[in-house]
Amino acid sequence: MSRADAFGLLLAFIARLITGAQGHWKGCPPKAEQRIYFANHQSHLDWVLIWAALPRELRATTRPIAAKDYWTSSPFKHWITREVFNAVYVNRQRSDDQDPLEPLIEALHNGDSLVIFPEGTRSAQGLPQAFKSGLYHLARQFPQVQLIPAWIDNVQRVMPKGEVVPVPILCTVTFGAPLTLGELDGQPEDKAHFLVRARDAVVALRPPGSGERPAAAAPPPAGPPPPPATRRGPPEPSAPPALASPPVQAVLPLDGHA
Amino acid sequence: MGALRSWSADQQVALLFVVLFGALLLVSGGAVLVSLRERADAAEARHQRFARDLRAVWVSAVVFWLAWMSGPVGATLLFGTLSFLALREMVTLMKTRRGDHRSLLLAFFAVLPLQYVLVANRNFDLFSVFIPVYVFLAIPVLSALAGDPERFLERNAGIQWGVMVCVYGLSHAPALLLLAFPGVDGRGAFLLFFLVMVAATAQIAQELASRRLRRRPVARHIDRSFSGRAWLLGTGAAALLGAALYWITPFKAGQALVMAAIAGGSGTLGDFVLRALKKDAGVRWWGNTSSVTGAVGLLDRVAPLCFAAPVFFHSVRWYFQLKP
Repeated sequence: MSRADAFGLLLAFIARLITGAQGHWKGCPPKAEQRIYFANHQSHLDWVLIWAALPRELRATTRPIAAKDYWTSSPFKHWITREVFNAVYVNRQRSDDQDPLEPLIEALHNGDSLVIFPEGTRSAQGLPQAFKSGLYHLARQFPQVQLIPAWIDNVQRVMPKGEVVPVPILCTVTFGAPLTLGELDGQPEDKAHFLVRARDAVVALRPPGSGERPAAAAPPPAGPPPPPATRRGPPEPSAPPALASPPVQAVLPLDGHA
Repeated sequence: MGALRSWSADQQVALLFVVLFGALLLVSGGAVLVSLRERADAAEARHQRFARDLRAVWVSAVVFWLAWMSGPVGATLLFGTLSFLALREMVTLMKTRRGDHRSLLLAFFAVLPLQYVLVANRNFDLFSVFIPVYVFLAIPVLSALAGDPERFLERNAGIQWGVMVCVYGLSHAPALLLLAFPGVDGRGAFLLFFLVMVAATAQIAQELASRRLRRRPVARHIDRSFSGRAWLLGTGAAALLGAALYWITPFKAGQALVMAAIAGGSGTLGDFVLRALKKDAGVRWWGNTSSVTGAVGLLDRVAPLCFAAPVFFHSVRWYFQLKP
């Protein structure tokens, strides 16, 4: 076992000790298929949590995206992202001659799985912000790769913004059913619609009554929460594209982010 | 019996474990044989529940054995880890806010280890006031310094309570192992065994009684099966078992009866109280067959011990005027 492997195991152990890092596979089994996992982003720990929730065999081929300027700025950061996590580096500064998705596309051509946080930034509030368009472009270019929504719960309580030491609190990662790019009148689904649908698929995985939620954003409880057994069915039917106005959209403005 | 008394403490403890694991093996073997038979749905559900409880007993027996094998340091570490996991689960159920971060760090990474260090060093005087006095003040001070007045009382009370139950309460279990009774050195394992046995018996007897009796529950919204008479029966069963086991303890038969009643009764009440806590937190299933928080259900298992251990420990110390 190399030093990086040992360090990875140690890190996964610590993540499990602090957060439990339980993976709930509600919509798909953990399988060695090529996948893009996309999740809500609330904390620096999100990636480690998803990574620790994955079975060990899948960790080696599932790669995070790391901002090149930050994660190569010191030898240790560079080592941990390169050797332990096998991260895909992207440039944050957009240059005209290069597609920012280029490294991701290359990784997918290699057959690796990716974990992306389509919000592009961390949101401390309960619900994720609007998704950025990268997910859509990847979905169009790689129709054979499964798109798995995931909801990371409770992690903002473990390490709120500005704190460095995590508090031990149990977190879960819920993986949903694969999402596919739909078609409308023979045309592929348009971008805005798909991104809303993808975001809804992530939000739908949120466990009922969990975590601290700002009072303003909390949806009114509609009766008793359903028992989890009924939520195990295929949660995301291939929704008819006309029905795209879920109540969550009223909470956050969608313009200006896509 | 006379021959047994002449054995060394270690030999007696070894015999205790042989008997314990032998009995567990017999019960498990019986359960496997029963499971081969075909049953109706209701009986099947009952059997499932029994099998789950039996697994829990196995786990606690192994933990107990490990605690004994590994000596004072090992036992302290072991119960410290249990404490950590239980507190983690408890905090998950609370509605903490950002401002609680420092207080929680204090609870997990300073209070918990310190309390167990005090146990391992047998500083029983400081050990019994450290959390109720010093930490009691320290946690709200840290919270207030964080500058968030919203639900201040509720949040702090929650953290205090979690620390009291999961750290203070549970740390009395290894303390029993280390409690020095005059003339019976090295038999702390018997005291812990006695406590665990009577607490478990009270729990099981109460469960059985409430199923048979079908009395009106005292607090329907918290627990549909808890009734006064069932609780009395559970406590009574614990007392009888305690009296029957008096020869493994430093107590006389009558003292053992009372001590067992105290431990058994407080254990079942503690379990009841924790059910209320879970209801409040919105966890609808006891034992976490469906996990809402991702909690593993450890808290449910140790809850009776968390409440029974401190009451039992301090009763023993007070009644026998034990000095550390």
